[in-house]
Amino acid sequence: MSAEQKATSNSGQHQERGWLYKIWQQVNIPLAAVFFALLIGAVLLVISGANPIQAYAALFDGAFGSMTALGRTLEKATPLIFSGLAVAFAFKAGLFNIGAQGQLLFGAITAAAIGFGVEGLPAYIHAPLALLGGAAAGALYGAIPGALKVYTGAHEVITTIMLNYIAINITDYLADGPWKDTSAGNIIARTPEIHETARIPAIAGIPLGFGLAILAAILVWWILSRTTLGFDIRTVGLNASAARYAGIRVGFTIILTMVLSGALAGIGGAVETQGVVGRYQPGFNAGLGFDGITIALLGKTSPFGVIPAAILVGAMRAGASNMQFTAGIAKEIVDVIQALMLFFVSADMVVRWIFRIRESGEEEKITLSSGWGHQ
Amino acid sequence: MQNSYSSIPTWKYFWHRYGLLTGFGIFILALILFFYFQDSEKTIAVLAASVRHSTPLVLGALCGLMNERAGVINIGIEGQMLMAAFMGYMVNVWTGNLYIAILGGVLTGAVMGLFHAFMSVTLKLDQIIGGTVINILALGLTGYFYQTGLTTEGKFTAIPLGPLAEIPLIGPVLFDNPPITYAAIVLVFVVQFVLFRTKWGLRTRAVGEHPRAADTVGINVYFMRYANVILGGAIAGLAGAFLTLEAVGSFERNMTNGRGFIALAVMLFGKYTPLGAWGAALFFGFTTAMQTQLQFAGINVPHQFIGMIPYLTTILVLAGFVGRTRVPAADGVPYEKE
Repeated sequence: MSAEQKATSNSGQHQERGWLYKIWQQVNIPLAAVFFALLIGAVLLVISGANPIQAYAALFDGAFGSMTALGRTLEKATPLIFSGLAVAFAFKAGLFNIGAQGQLLFGAITAAAIGFGVEGLPAYIHAPLALLGGAAAGALYGAIPGALKVYTGAHEVITTIMLNYIAINITDYLADGPWKDTSAGNIIARTPEIHETARIPAIAGIPLGFGLAILAAILVWWILSRTTLGFDIRTVGLNASAARYAGIRVGFTIILTMVLSGALAGIGGAVETQGVVGRYQPGFNAGLGFDGITIALLGKTSPFGVIPAAILVGAMRAGASNMQFTAGIAKEIVDVIQALMLFFVSADMVVRWIFRIRESGEEEKITLSSGWGHQ
Repeated sequence: MQNSYSSIPTWKYFWHRYGLLTGFGIFILALILFFYFQDSEKTIAVLAASVRHSTPLVLGALCGLMNERAGVINIGIEGQMLMAAFMGYMVNVWTGNLYIAILGGVLTGAVMGLFHAFMSVTLKLDQIIGGTVINILALGLTGYFYQTGLTTEGKFTAIPLGPLAEIPLIGPVLFDNPPITYAAIVLVFVVQFVLFRTKWGLRTRAVGEHPRAADTVGINVYFMRYANVILGGAIAGLAGAFLTLEAVGSFERNMTNGRGFIALAVMLFGKYTPLGAWGAALFFGFTTAMQTQLQFAGINVPHQFIGMIPYLTTILVLAGFVGRTRVPAADGVPYEKE
């Protein structure tokens, strides 16, 4: 830490500093945000009569304490990387996809339907097919708010939230109606278990889905920084009217961005179904899409930033059960800490002011409120 | 804006501006009367339910439009309502006094408003992200501090307003309600008057349309924005208090269920005016009331499809009305003093 602080005390000259300094510039605010969130979380724990050190120790132990714990953390992190990527990707086009949750639900239930409904396929076809089905379902569901924004001007924040509620209702209906598990003894709403061939296994304790998530992050990075589409997306995000003036098809780009974002969220749901749950059950995927918002902002909307952010949030989710079990603390405190992280990372001014961190001057500022009724 | 028109108070102008609205009103009235003479009991039940379901929506919409008229987007109404619902409930548990509990909810809403104002006016955070922070924070805090098995002194019951409640049709629908529903109706007219007929309202709108010009003539932009966002938060707090103290009587996790966002659609549908928002909220309240009627009628539709109606309506309203509604010019733009 001291070396970097020395670096900040020297003035100017960004170019001459090494890669370590560049990385530090990317992670200083998120790290400070996590620190403050944990600090205020500790205050809340004290208020509610708990011992914060004991709580955080249990949390850490449940997340990284053993090989099984570590595996569980990666397992939790996997869908979160996808939903984080979904939100971060939409951010680049200036879109706030709060609907990752709904897109993820559709991905999860579609993968389940293909997983239990299709029989007799070898695993190397069945599993990818279910995954693609999930991606397609998420993509279609993501296209709706994109098209609504382009053709009617309805802001995606409200439409995606409404679509989340609609997705909950539709998937509940499917899991309790046409696709219900009718095996003897089952009374709850859930689909049958998927066939073994549709499962995504874990190799040496590391879920294969996690590898897929890393690949997805690389793919997103490649699209955003190495393709024309990525250039269009970033231009639309920074200034839509300038993009239109430059000949970029803004409407098309917005819809395509939402489609790809929805597909990412959909794969997240499919991976959760095929790799962890083994079926679709209402409530099992709750919150995965919303966590994507925190993760995307914590990762500074960069595809590679999303991975550590998702592992952090995944660790908190994995450790929360242990904390509840051994220290007797309601696991909802993790939600509070996450909200605080979201606040501090977006209110970077506060953090900069407390830690006297200089602004790097290279950051792309994205405004989300620009489409609010104004076209 | 409004005053420039009112210098030509002719019937022609009135017809041009309010003709469609009047026609629509007469149509609705005729429809209500038709059903009233068909089946008075059911009609009254549906209309009364519409009024009650509209209460949190119109209050949320009032919060939203006070914010946006002053130039601050607030998508955190949901979280403000949820926090206030929780605190209102907790105060009810602690004191057993429903009126103090309302105060608790309203104050909580105001504090949440202060937080939103701090983020969007002082920190100049992107206001959409600020609202999201409020929503996620409220969900987390209420989930963490909520314990099951608490008992309360119950909830508000209807207070009939003497002879007014005896009027057929209107009486049982409008004048036989619990206190927060009355308060909501009164607030609609108060906010309408304040926004369009007082100096304060003119300043509020000036700050939302052209803060630089407002600043030049000596209006304190930051103060007006803070004040409106805090007052709006207090009204959202009342909406939250309605949920725990008047509608349900207890707290549940995420009990707002998207009402804070539906309120935004209501605000837009009502073209950023309190009276318009009231009409829009009654419409939404009506769709919810019909939802219950459909379930009672035993129509063989899965309950999940009926449950989707308010959310679908919201999307349809948004898709149909955005772009046709004029949004305050400086909405969502943080003001930088020079």
